[in-house]
Amino acid sequence: GPFASLFSRLRSDAGVDPEEWTRLEETLILSDMGPTLAGEIVTELKRQLGKSPSAEALRGALVALLESKFCEGPRQLQFSPNAKPSVVLVVGVNGTGKTTTIGKVASLLMREGRSVMIAAGDTFRAAATEQVGVWASLTGVEVVSGQPGADPASVIFDTIEHARAVGSDVVLCDTAGRLQTKTNLMEELKKIRRVAAKSSGEVTEVLLVIDATTGQNGLRQAEVFHGAAEVTGIVLTKLDGSAKGGVALAIESEFGLPIKLVGLGEGLNDLAPFDPKAFVAALVGEETDV
Amino acid sequence: MFETLGERLEGALSRIRGKTRLTQADVDEALGEIRRALLEADVNIGVVNLISERVGAAAVGAMTSPSLTPGQQVVKAVHNELIDVLGQETYRIRFASTPPTVLLLAGLQGSGKTTAAAKLALLLRRQGRSPYLVAADLARPGAVRQLEILGAQAGVPVFSEPSTPVEVATKGVAEARRLARDVVIIDTAGRLAIDDALMDEVSQIQKATQAHLRFLVIDAMIGQDAVVTARAFDERLELSAVILTKLDGDARGGAALSVKEVVGKPIAFASVGEKLEDFEPFYPDRMASRILGMGDVLSLIERA
Ligand SMILES: Nc1nc2c(ncn2[C@@H]2O[C@H](COP(=O)(O)OP(=O)(O)OP(=O)(O)O)[C@@H](O)[C@H]2O)c(=O)[nH]1
Ligand SMILES: Nc1nc2c(ncn2[C@@H]2O[C@H](COP(=O)(O)OP(=O)(O)OP(=O)(O)O)[C@@H](O)[C@H]2O)c(=O)[nH]1
Ligand SMILES: [Mg+2]
Ligand SMILES: [Mg+2]
Repeated sequence: GPFASLFSRLRSDAGVDPEEWTRLEETLILSDMGPTLAGEIVTELKRQLGKSPSAEALRGALVALLESKFCEGPRQLQFSPNAKPSVVLVVGVNGTGKTTTIGKVASLLMREGRSVMIAAGDTFRAAATEQVGVWASLTGVEVVSGQPGADPASVIFDTIEHARAVGSDVVLCDTAGRLQTKTNLMEELKKIRRVAAKSSGEVTEVLLVIDATTGQNGLRQAEVFHGAAEVTGIVLTKLDGSAKGGVALAIESEFGLPIKLVGLGEGLNDLAPFDPKAFVAALVGEETDV
Repeated sequence: MFETLGERLEGALSRIRGKTRLTQADVDEALGEIRRALLEADVNIGVVNLISERVGAAAVGAMTSPSLTPGQQVVKAVHNELIDVLGQETYRIRFASTPPTVLLLAGLQGSGKTTAAAKLALLLRRQGRSPYLVAADLARPGAVRQLEILGAQAGVPVFSEPSTPVEVATKGVAEARRLARDVVIIDTAGRLAIDDALMDEVSQIQKATQAHLRFLVIDAMIGQDAVVTARAFDERLELSAVILTKLDGDARGGAALSVKEVVGKPIAFASVGEKLEDFEPFYPDRMASRILGMGDVLSLIERA
């Protein structure tokens, strides 16, 4: 691909020619980080290195600059030290992988020895409850669901109260996919957030699930979802595909929202903690063992 | 969040107002803004390069016209070029001379295939056809149930059985024939373009069913990867057309241009919501406006 060839070219000792700068910019754009960020990066590299640095110098500076775009926020999922249960809301636009991520996170937390309950808070989409039920049974986790069309905030509230009664550590809350332009659905999300906060649990995470194939609309998604639900972190799904997920870097650098987890497939264990160094390496096509 | 192309061009070109000769720098600046607008709309960079060349000449022409609003003239010229790329005609399904017409839907995970299958079924039923849905996604949890629920809402029967995707599809077509249904719509599992095993599977479904029409379902929010996806699915399935989904959001939808340019197949339908009625023919002119920054383009053009 273009990334690998970029870096193999940058391995040579020859100075970088003007065309190489164009290709570098195009490579960055191809990752979906957007023309603005890509342009800024190229300008900054030229400022640091002059117009014709050695390939080696460019390579090092590029990696360092990309890595500096990430924020310092904690990448570990946060849990409450005192309240029980900790509540994790999973939100995002349609079809990004929210429900699948819930299944994967449930499995991860169970393996860590935490007791988990799932709230089937998507009461809208056809067979959403059924889907979440399959994931729950795969992981042996209890799921609480409402009738189709039921108020999602109540389903989530009831699940949290039930989890508290039986002493679960964590409640993972599925929500229906919603485009950030749908005002009524974003109001519904605010209500979910509010009602969950009033429950006897503590909302410790609001995870925004972003599909790695997403282009520049990801920035709007982050902005609006963050405004409505105080997002605490990003889950970047479908990174097992050919898309690089560069918009997640743009989101992290613009809104300071840490990418916490990445989805790498459709199976229970296809979830990994986010590693900025490995992400940058993949973005620019460096060979890596990670 | 993004300034529209019109606004940016007005800024960039305000200097040339009243000039009798354009400098290369004026032209480059305008072309740069056009490029940027297309990239912010997620048009693939390779496609942007191709389109910029094509658009370039028209844009220069517009800039040299004795207009007081060179920016608007350029937007209008670019808009026309985009419509040309997207294609002028609305798509019509060509039904097989011997029914049933078999229609296969494929695409990435979560792009909207199952929903589109039911929407298409409803549309065809309302046009007096007797469609039949086949649930050939046995991978995703709850996929069959999802199609059954949506099929019931659409008033269209759904065939399913717990065998293999190829078998379900084959039997589904046979069953449709037996029941004298005239269109079969096969829903398939989501798959990545680089997943060889699953790409083999969908091409086997295609071979086994001899699907007359193969539709790629693609999410309007997709970024630069749209071309990789479209090319890969086209290589395996020889796509007939594309369905663009989730156009009810605010994604500019540059994928429409990318896909059209790369696979050269028409965009047949636009999916514009989660309800089964939210499905309409694709209008290239509206899409061109959207890619360039929505309704304000039309008003700009009216003023131009
Ligand atoms: N390849 C791949 N597929 C994924 C990944 N995560 C989810 N998927 C697939 O993406 C599709 C959508 O996943 P869901 O979990 O249903 O997405 P969702 O966000 O809950 O969707 P809605 O509830 O409809 O908004 C399914 O086919 C999943 O199997 C991933 O990391 N990699
Ligand atoms: N807003 C909106 N949502 C849509 C549209 N089309 C589909 N969706 C939603 O997108 C999500 C995914 O749709 P599906 O039809 O399940 O997608 P799919 O391609 O079948 O997904 P997989 O089978 O998992 O690959 C669901 O939440 C749908 O309701 C649309 O045009 N607009
Ligand atoms: Mg879901
Ligand atoms: Mg489906």
